Amino acid sequence: MGSLIIILSVFLLGVVLVQIGKVNELSSAIRGEQESEYSANTTHAVFGLLFMVGFLVLVFGSFFYYKNSMLGYGPLTSASKHGWDIDYIFNVTMVITVIVFVITHIALFVYAFQYRNRPGHVAKFIPHDNRLEIIWMVIPSIVMAILVVGGLNVWNNTMIDIAADAVPGKDFIEIEGNGQQFGWNLRYPGPDNRLGGTYFKKISSSNPLGQVWEDPKNHDDFQPSNIVLPKGMQVRVRITSRDVLHNFYLPHHKVKMDAVPGMPTHFVFTPTITTAEYREQLGELDSKGNPLYPEWHTPADPSDPENKLKRYEVFGFELACAELCGNGHFSMRKEVTIVTPEEYEKWLGEQTSYYEANIKGKEEDVKIGKTEVEAESENKLSLENAKDQSISNIN
Amino acid sequence: MANIDIVTQEELAHGHDDHHDDDHHGDKFQSGFFSRYVFSMDHKTIAKQFLITGIIWAIIGAAMSIVFRLQLGFPEESIAWLKPILGKWIVVDDAGIGSLDQDFYYALVTMHGTILVFFVLTAGLSGTFSNLLIPLHIGARDMASPMLNMFSYWFFFLAGTIMFASLFLSTGPFAGGWTAYPPLSAVQSSMSGSGAGMTLWTVSLVLFVVSVLLGGMNYITTVINMRTKGMTMWRLPLPIWAFLVTAILGLLSFPVLASAFFLMIFDRSFGTSFYLSEIFINNAPLENVGGSPILYQHLFWFLGHPEVYIIILPAFGIVSEVLSVHSRKPIFGYKAMVMSILAIAVLAFIVWAHHMFMSGINPFIANIFVLFTLIIAVPSAVKVFNWIATLYGGNIRFNSANLFAIGFVSLFISGGLTGIFLGNSAIDIPLHDTYFVVAHFHIVMGVAAFFGMFAGIYHWFPRMYGRFMNETLGRLHFWGTMIGAYAIFWPMHYMGMAGVPRRYYNFTAFESFNQFAAMNQFITIAAIVVFALQIVFVINFFYSIFNGRKQKKMNPYGANTLEWTAPVNAGHGNWPGAIPHVHRWAYDYGKDGQEFIPQTVPLKPGEKDMGAH
Ligand code: HEM
Ligand SMILES: [Cu+2]
Ligand SMILES: [Cu+2]
Repeated sequence: MGSLIIILSVFLLGVVLVQIGKVNELSSAIRGEQESEYSANTTHAVFGLLFMVGFLVLVFGSFFYYKNSMLGYGPLTSASKHGWDIDYIFNVTMVITVIVFVITHIALFVYAFQYRNRPGHVAKFIPHDNRLEIIWMVIPSIVMAILVVGGLNVWNNTMIDIAADAVPGKDFIEIEGNGQQFGWNLRYPGPDNRLGGTYFKKISSSNPLGQVWEDPKNHDDFQPSNIVLPKGMQVRVRITSRDVLHNFYLPHHKVKMDAVPGMPTHFVFTPTITTAEYREQLGELDSKGNPLYPEWHTPADPSDPENKLKRYEVFGFELACAELCGNGHFSMRKEVTIVTPEEYEKWLGEQTSYYEANIKGKEEDVKIGKTEVEAESENKLSLENAKDQSISNIN
Repeated sequence: MANIDIVTQEELAHGHDDHHDDDHHGDKFQSGFFSRYVFSMDHKTIAKQFLITGIIWAIIGAAMSIVFRLQLGFPEESIAWLKPILGKWIVVDDAGIGSLDQDFYYALVTMHGTILVFFVLTAGLSGTFSNLLIPLHIGARDMASPMLNMFSYWFFFLAGTIMFASLFLSTGPFAGGWTAYPPLSAVQSSMSGSGAGMTLWTVSLVLFVVSVLLGGMNYITTVINMRTKGMTMWRLPLPIWAFLVTAILGLLSFPVLASAFFLMIFDRSFGTSFYLSEIFINNAPLENVGGSPILYQHLFWFLGHPEVYIIILPAFGIVSEVLSVHSRKPIFGYKAMVMSILAIAVLAFIVWAHHMFMSGINPFIANIFVLFTLIIAVPSAVKVFNWIATLYGGNIRFNSANLFAIGFVSLFISGGLTGIFLGNSAIDIPLHDTYFVVAHFHIVMGVAAFFGMFAGIYHWFPRMYGRFMNETLGRLHFWGTMIGAYAIFWPMHYMGMAGVPRRYYNFTAFESFNQFAAMNQFITIAAIVVFALQIVFVINFFYSIFNGRKQKKMNPYGANTLEWTAPVNAGHGNWPGAIPHVHRWAYDYGKDGQEFIPQTVPLKPGEKDMGAH
């Protein structure tokens, strides 16, 4: 029944449209074809002008309307050091493209209107103009050259790896983000500041990362449920995947890198603002004591009237997946908390190593149920297989 | 065909006779119903077949996008009413609320992309207009090989049939994105669509590659060899340049895609490890080691980037022609237009890794790709300025064809400028795989290429069917689509700049991404309106085939090109009697006080031909 109505109404719509078309054709036949073409040209040339004005106004209006929701604008400043450089080159590009956008759109619709077909008007014969063409080839070339140099400068500074002589734990922290369908496994290096080796065939429900227990560097590694990092410290994220492609994505920190099975990747960044400071920034008041960004002062949980917290008070950075990895791709979330170095030390102290808590003395522990010789030879094999490009292991 | 050595003065003016019609009593290849309308070898019929198949695929692909847009715009709303059509893909909970199955959401997104990119904007656009215009514009009776040309269509048809069949698999069609990155696509158990769905997807696209290659060889051979007397390369109308270069791009890049797919098939079915290494999935390790998923990405984008130009170049050509004819002015900077097409084509092969900045490639390599990518913006900018300069000083008709051509320029500007952000790898860090990319490519490729196609359809409809499409409906179609398409895609820039990733079934898990519920609703409503407007076009199209205003004049627009020297409803062979000769370039509009001078008109003594080298 429902579909019948739909089919019928589509059919009726068709009939109506055809009739509208016909009526117009008839009236133009009566008025004379040329005549009605002239008037249509003017009408649509004017529409073009109106469209242009409306479009430009809406483009600027909507940009300012959404300004405070976009990263790098309003309160949503970059939360990492390189993020500010990216914002800078982003804004340079923005200014340049907006200028080109406005000029070309005005030229397009104004010329179209100005040179519309109308009685007594004829076209000029202008097949080409070498001087003009050289100008508008050279200017974009120069602009592109500026953008390339500026952009690559930021890019190469951002993507540079940890210096070879940097000391893990002192100059930088290395952590691992490991993607799987559909979640993230996180690993910290523990007191030795070094991540232990892993091998994918060792993965099991009790060993989600396939850590090779023969490797003593693994024994103090711990696996927190969320990311906690200190402000101001270089962080090298070792990004790995257990199954398909994922992407380690921290929107506020402008960190993004694919997690590729069989090929660890990395991203180095420095958080510049703690979660608490960022919350303050979102909740900022102006000189009169009114919220600068009222949208952050709405209740955090509207469904719970008891809950008096505002949105800015519960804000947290997030880790997401940015590479399609299957039907649960949209749900790979972890919280990211940036704290002061002191708080970080305290947090570290509260963590227990995964090996101590879950493996030691259990069946999987290499040291159990094997003769010394067996354990020794297996030990060797796994260590050889352990694919380990973790930078802290090279040192 | 030019077996006449001595050209008489009369022939110079009126063309030469290849005795095409001498011994035909009717066309023996066109006598039966089947050979006339189904297994036709006439390029004009094959063009219509490509076009109508493309329109059908466009409706299917667009309808899919409406379904997944409903999910994104109204995630809470029940869509149980779709259950009669979509069956088990609508999951109805205890409360009677129907929602879209997650797997099926991804299947729809994937099919939408595949269908639109390959079947509609490659086959439907280049297939239609290359076939229709190449012989008519260069003065040839048909393609070099009408037989291969027919096969090209039928391979496309077969590819489409297989893709269509995959929609009805119990495990669903392929759902890993139109780019089909392994391991998701290569490991059959990684997703429900990666089993039989992916098998059919690959088979279908391999057949599609065959279709593109057969078509492309034909287009190239025809343009190179079968130009009529006097039609030098520099006198070719711009669409022909565009189709020629498009075909060359296709011939060089599609085989690479096929090879990527063959390796994929080996990995999926024969235990090789080209793309696979160290994978632990479904509680067990796979034996495949030593391969690299990144290898696939290189192979894919080596086709993938030229592919986006394969889609847009024909639109460039069509728009250049339509703008020039309806502005009654020569296209501004013809040679620069040709050169920029060539430059874009060459550069198109050395920028592919700009899709892979965040995929784990060596960051140093990215430097080179940033450089070449931003260089592409220069010939693109030249084209835009030349189109605007073509309008300057013209006598512009605002019919549907020209409106769409003008709209194309606006879209290409908007989408091209966002490419400059994405092409700069540093800026791509925050923007990659967000809605900003979705906005970029839908505006610059999706909508713009459609506009090129619409401009071509409205303009050459009389050439195809001997009738005009209705102008009132056409203009309504234009304004609605222009406003609506921007309404759909413009806001997506803001979502992307807020960091919202693409290919998310919903955003509720993330505080940072969940703030655009109202915008998502708005986009969905705009999408529905635009979809409805395309129905207006479809009705106009089919109604006009049979009932449109008849084409009375042979050259209704006062155009210079050869297609208008063939009679309305020309049969196989295009010109009864002699093939016209060409004496000048295609853009003598408004020269020496004459509104237009067709290419067949000999040069006056002392007159300089703009197309002379
Ligand atoms: C000014 C010239 C252009 C530049 C610099 C440019 C640059 C880029 C870059 C860097 C990306 C990758 C973004 C990412 O995934 O992070 C991209 C995506 C894309 N571009 Fe462009 N582009 C330009 C013009 C075009 C044109 C003319 C087309 C098609 C006609 C096009 C179609 C696409 C498509 C389809 C994608 C997305 C593919 C996907 O990931 O699904 N672009 N563009
Ligand atoms: Cu994912
Ligand atoms: Cu590209």
